[in-house]
Amino acid sequence: MNQQQALYKYCVGLGDDALIQSYRLSEWCRNAPILEEDLALTNFALDMTGRAQVLLSYAGKVEGAGRTDDDLAYRRAERQFYNHLIMELPNGDFAFTMARLLFTATYEYYFFTELKNSADHDLAAVAAKTVKEVKYHMAHATDWVLRLGDGTEESHNRMQKAVNELWMYTHELFATDPDVAMLRDGNIAVDLAVVKSAWLQFISRTLTEATLAVPADGYQQTGGAAGIHTEHMGHILSEMQYLQRAYPDATW
Amino acid sequence: MSVYSKEDVLRILSVIPDPEIPVVNISEMGMLRDVLISDQGYEIIITPTYSGCPAMGLIEHDIRMTLEASGVFPVTVKLVQDPAWTTDWMSDEAKDKLTKYGIAPPLHSSCSNDVFGQNVIACPRCKSTSTILLSRFGSTACKSLYKCNNCKEPFEYFKCH
Repeated sequence: MNQQQALYKYCVGLGDDALIQSYRLSEWCRNAPILEEDLALTNFALDMTGRAQVLLSYAGKVEGAGRTDDDLAYRRAERQFYNHLIMELPNGDFAFTMARLLFTATYEYYFFTELKNSADHDLAAVAAKTVKEVKYHMAHATDWVLRLGDGTEESHNRMQKAVNELWMYTHELFATDPDVAMLRDGNIAVDLAVVKSAWLQFISRTLTEATLAVPADGYQQTGGAAGIHTEHMGHILSEMQYLQRAYPDATW
Repeated sequence: MSVYSKEDVLRILSVIPDPEIPVVNISEMGMLRDVLISDQGYEIIITPTYSGCPAMGLIEHDIRMTLEASGVFPVTVKLVQDPAWTTDWMSDEAKDKLTKYGIAPPLHSSCSNDVFGQNVIACPRCKSTSTILLSRFGSTACKSLYKCNNCKEPFEYFKCH
């Protein structure tokens, strides 16, 4: 992979994380436990869709084959999506959604804080904007994890179960490969070791404060970077891409 | 070839309201960044408040229509992400208008501590500082929902960004 191809894949991966996570949060629309929560989750989803749009547009520009953000979102097959697996997992109960949001938003907060210093001007610009937005996602998820973890017996048990189930998907967020290493050497990509240590510190502190146990590291699931997904991804795409597949080039 | 100066164009554009908060215009909100005039025409540089701001398409449309109606063309509208929009760019005039409209204006901006921290937000109606956060998100992503303990009215606060 040359630098251009590596950068394309890097941007697509970041765009896919935002797009797929947004899709999952949108599923809470009109299903959230209270109206304020409905507004919060859909607002997060909107932030993420906006981020996906900018990143996929830029990926198309880097690729240089004339593909737009819409082409990339709606015309790629499952194996060409590079999001982390944690983004595509079904929402589960509210505890699961909040535990996931805590893990992903904390990761994104530290990741994009680092990416602000990227030598790639476009990525640095997206990062500066994203940090402002994910700060709110992170604060919101933190509030809920504390409230449910240190809540009733049932809310505590559900939150602990969610944390335990999600743990094996978290290490993938910090996995690197030769292509990312090449971009990092060019000061374009983020040093994930830095992100991981900040993430682990914040998450451990938050879980402990929420009277939850930090799970022990066991088997770690990976695959997103290679385009190998969980069984849930195909179902997301079949719905998300339906219109453009059924009516190619349809516009408003 | 340009008949209109940058100042002319900015003045014409200052009538365009923010689609979600119509008491302030896009210039006061800091979304209108620049006007570049060349032989090719007029290029209007705008920036979104939030990445997913659903109003950008409408704003772009409004800019074209407003300028064309005033005889300013050809017009291109360019959306830039950098530098990222901040509530620092809102004029004092805009903040006054927001308050009169019933929205508490952003305290200050680029503030990293207002997410986890406890800021005192004064009620835009009765000015009481005895207020409580109901929800971090209101009718739009840029606002959160508060309640005033004094006059008992709910109100929105335009968050620092």
